[in-house]
Amino acid sequence: MKSVMGGNALRIRAIAIVCLAGLLAACGTSGDNSSGTNTASAPGITATTITIGSTQPLTGRAAPGYSEISPSSNAYFNYVNDHGGINGRKITYYYYDDGYNPTNTASLTRKLILEDKVFAMFSALGTPTHLAVVDYINSQKVPDLFVSSGCNCWNDVSNHPYTFGWQPDYTIEGKILGQYIQKSLGGKKVGYFYQNDEFGTDGVKGLDAQLGASSVPDASRQNYVPTNTNIGPQIAALKASGAEVVVSFSIPAFTALALLGAAKLGYHPIWVVSNVGSDVTTLTGLLKNFSKGAVGGALLGGMVTDAYLPLTGDSANPWISLFKGIHDKYVSNLPWDGNVLYGMAQAYTFVQAMKAAGRNPTRASFVKALETTKLSGGPGLAPLGFSSSNHLGFLGVQIYTIAADGTQTTTGPVYTSSDSGPISQYSGSASTPPANGIP
Amino acid sequence: MSRFFVLTLNGVTQGAIYAAMALALVMIWRATKVINFAQGAMAMFTTYLAVFAIEHGTPYWVGFLVALVSGLLLGAIVERVIVRPVESAPALNVVILTLGLLLFLEALAPMAFGGQIRSFPPAFSIVGLRLGTSQVPFSPFDLFTLGSVVAVMLLLLVLFQKTDLGLRMRASAFNPEVSRLLGIRVGRMLTLGWALASLVGALAGVLIAPSLLLYPTFMDDVLVFGFTGAVLGGLDSAVGAVVGGLLMGFALTYVGGYFGSDLETVGALVILIAVLMVRPSGLFSVQRVRQV
Amino acid sequence: MVAVQSRLDRLVRPTFGRHLLFALGAAVVLLLLSSQIGAYDDYNLTAVAIFAVAAAGLNLLTGLNGQLSLGHGALMAIGAYTASLLLKDHHQFPVIVVLLAAVLSTGVIGIGFGYAAARLRGPYLAGATLTLAVAIPQVATRYKSIFGGESGLTVAPSSPPDWLGADFPPERWLAWIAFAAAIVTMVLLANLLRGAPGRAFKAVRDNEAAAALAGINVARTQVLAFVVSAACAGLAGALLAYWTGVTAPAGFTLALSLQLITAIVIGGLGSLAGAVWGSLVLVFVPLLTSGMASRLSLPSSVADNLPLAIYGCILVIAMLVAPHGIQGALRRILAYGRARWGNTPGGGQKGVVDWDDPAPDT
Repeated sequence: MKSVMGGNALRIRAIAIVCLAGLLAACGTSGDNSSGTNTASAPGITATTITIGSTQPLTGRAAPGYSEISPSSNAYFNYVNDHGGINGRKITYYYYDDGYNPTNTASLTRKLILEDKVFAMFSALGTPTHLAVVDYINSQKVPDLFVSSGCNCWNDVSNHPYTFGWQPDYTIEGKILGQYIQKSLGGKKVGYFYQNDEFGTDGVKGLDAQLGASSVPDASRQNYVPTNTNIGPQIAALKASGAEVVVSFSIPAFTALALLGAAKLGYHPIWVVSNVGSDVTTLTGLLKNFSKGAVGGALLGGMVTDAYLPLTGDSANPWISLFKGIHDKYVSNLPWDGNVLYGMAQAYTFVQAMKAAGRNPTRASFVKALETTKLSGGPGLAPLGFSSSNHLGFLGVQIYTIAADGTQTTTGPVYTSSDSGPISQYSGSASTPPANGIP
Repeated sequence: MSRFFVLTLNGVTQGAIYAAMALALVMIWRATKVINFAQGAMAMFTTYLAVFAIEHGTPYWVGFLVALVSGLLLGAIVERVIVRPVESAPALNVVILTLGLLLFLEALAPMAFGGQIRSFPPAFSIVGLRLGTSQVPFSPFDLFTLGSVVAVMLLLLVLFQKTDLGLRMRASAFNPEVSRLLGIRVGRMLTLGWALASLVGALAGVLIAPSLLLYPTFMDDVLVFGFTGAVLGGLDSAVGAVVGGLLMGFALTYVGGYFGSDLETVGALVILIAVLMVRPSGLFSVQRVRQV
Repeated sequence: MVAVQSRLDRLVRPTFGRHLLFALGAAVVLLLLSSQIGAYDDYNLTAVAIFAVAAAGLNLLTGLNGQLSLGHGALMAIGAYTASLLLKDHHQFPVIVVLLAAVLSTGVIGIGFGYAAARLRGPYLAGATLTLAVAIPQVATRYKSIFGGESGLTVAPSSPPDWLGADFPPERWLAWIAFAAAIVTMVLLANLLRGAPGRAFKAVRDNEAAAALAGINVARTQVLAFVVSAACAGLAGALLAYWTGVTAPAGFTLALSLQLITAIVIGGLGSLAGAVWGSLVLVFVPLLTSGMASRLSLPSSVADNLPLAIYGCILVIAMLVAPHGIQGALRRILAYGRARWGNTPGGGQKGVVDWDDPAPDT
């Protein structure tokens, strides 16, 4: 969190400028977006800085993996700052540790909005944690961008006009995975292994919508609670149910545990794993120690999953080489994995939105710009769906398969959908990053 | 293969780990009348040391030894440096002290080793043994886990029952003043008690790490259920600790298997309360039952 | 007439009057303070008041009655879920009704736990309550349709009444509610502790056999202590539901129960003032340490974990240097001051010292 250095001096200056801006506004001379000079157009925006904030699980049970996201976003912001910033403003990113506990989130979010006077919330992580503050953030009319959770609850324009999602929601993901199973694995018995919260149940909702709820019997629907790592009984039940395809809405640790549990039982279904739980770097790391005794990397072979961002191993992709370069320069202490890519891609979309809002945005004009400007998906494979009636981010995913050695291969086109609508093929082509890597 | 059979095999390996943790807690309780809430975190830390050694090229068994030896040392250091000074303070203070140590270690581990989830190698294959045509959910590594815990229990039993050192340790715990008069160096005995307990905890850590994966809080649940097992068995009995730990393993697995994994802790609560209402000091206690 | 007079006398004992006077003073000070500080400070002070209510109840149970509970977070969860369920379908329930319902439900459930707890001692009670702390949140996960699962139940904030003006900060309104709840709780507890129940609590803690010989019903005393303590936790839980805005299992982990125990030991075991000191530590120390760490230029894995490491160290060091907590340390300083300046014990400071219990020694 280098960007916090010298925060006091900055804050004093910020307060001074905000006060000045208040005076000016009272005289009716502020709010001109087209002018060429920077003004302190909103709380958290000064002539030289933009301050944003986030709450993240940096310690505790949810920290492994997720704690990489905000330093990676910050790395991209530092990259932008080192290349002149956004309209000459440098981004200051405060992110605080809530330990995935809503009680802490409630207090820290107020600290960000009331004390740190952030312009916007960015990338706040977790469903129960962010649900605690979404009403408050909206009541304060603070833009609440790109909640790091695939709950469809963030797409609620009438109640939460300032809140925007980013990743595809889990129901859409479930539907597209279900379609793949119908097309490519038709006729096989399907089982579910899912996390017992909205992540898992929303995913299952999408799967059921596509496959038909009656096609998967209760015995083949096994869930786990993330606080209980003993999942042997569930895997044994899936084996007993005869499922030949197991769709897993699980976090990476539990994907690994499920694979190991299945190996123990000599159970080898085709695993179809949602994006959250299929990061190849993480999984390879978690499984590498089990290479003895005929388990090994073979565990990953044949796994089917989906993605809305390019694959971390695809070094030919210009987005990957851009972000990998930033990773190596700014946060080389973190492993190059899906969480790092996630944080950087989110930061990229934020900078896109900031640019779209013009030189001197207010909080309201910023949200308006996000709703009305057609942002390119940036690194995303599918388009962003932001509009005045939709606050969902990426609208779809692409299916890919993982080989035994960890190589990932895309299969078929990108599909888009919505929670209740049909699945359609996305015909647009992938964008390429701008030359300097800044939108 | 019946569901009951599968769950039983699953429960026995879980239970063995809880038993080891319960054993560690009981040893410390008997020596110093302290519930060491940092036991799990200490085991976590020694497991990180083991994986650090293994990732730097040492063979698995050297890493295994690193964990056990560092456990021994860590236990001795904690007793000497942190617990000894508050010997005469109110009992709850030591609880807070060990909680402080727990938080400190859980913060120190990611600082020193990085916060990512890691895998820990098993000593033997984790693929289930073949029984005729079917594969049972019980692997050579599970056998090793169970065997290690039983072996440690037997060794401790021999130590405490058959050796002079064990006698002195028991005497120091039972009555420090009289022991001191008899020329026993009570302080040393207590330190040794903590060290041995911490070694047993470290063993639990390296044994469970392959199946839980390694991260700073990975031993939290093991501590909770180990403690529950110890209470179930009776805190004054080593045999009680092992039986209690195993019972906890079975109970959680059966509840999880038959009623859903989200009810496991509720099952643990019901079983614990039911047992304690009949035997308020655990199954293996010799104290009289209290009346309300 | 005479009988009524003597009843009144008993009711309005000098101690009760003193407690009331002190409460009134505290109310005025807090009211003035809350109007002077910003919304964020109001919000944090609210947290202090909430935790003080729970910690005071726990201190009564653990500090004064000697029953160690590691499961008070679960009792807070029961209060919070009671409040959230009431507010789920009926936004119009007034705050006072919601709070009283939480007190009642947790108190009633506390009777059951209290009877079980009264049979257990020391680490066995600790073990049972610890299991309670990990089990109760799972109930909420299991029965999704009622308790909302992992996402929990969102709680509509209590908006300030109209007569306070349209732009009265909601943070200050919540602070007032929490202050009022805390002050009422403290006065009631202080009176309870001054009277026969308080003496019985301590007698049972110090020596059960002697207490029984003196005619005290040991079990009933312990159950009473548990119920009062649970009711406090329930009230705090309901307030916390308003404060957080959502009631979810992730907010009521074992860590919460352990924080409460930490608060009373750091603050001072067995005294109501200790509960307040402990709550101040609980709320403000993490804020300070996180601010500290974020201002250093460190790799993320170190910066992220430094506050937790510092907090752990503070607990260890506090236990080594101030074994009787903040309140114990203050007493010693006060006693030293009196000896030094020749004030007679029970002099000018009596009102303050009387507020809490005489020196605990468990």
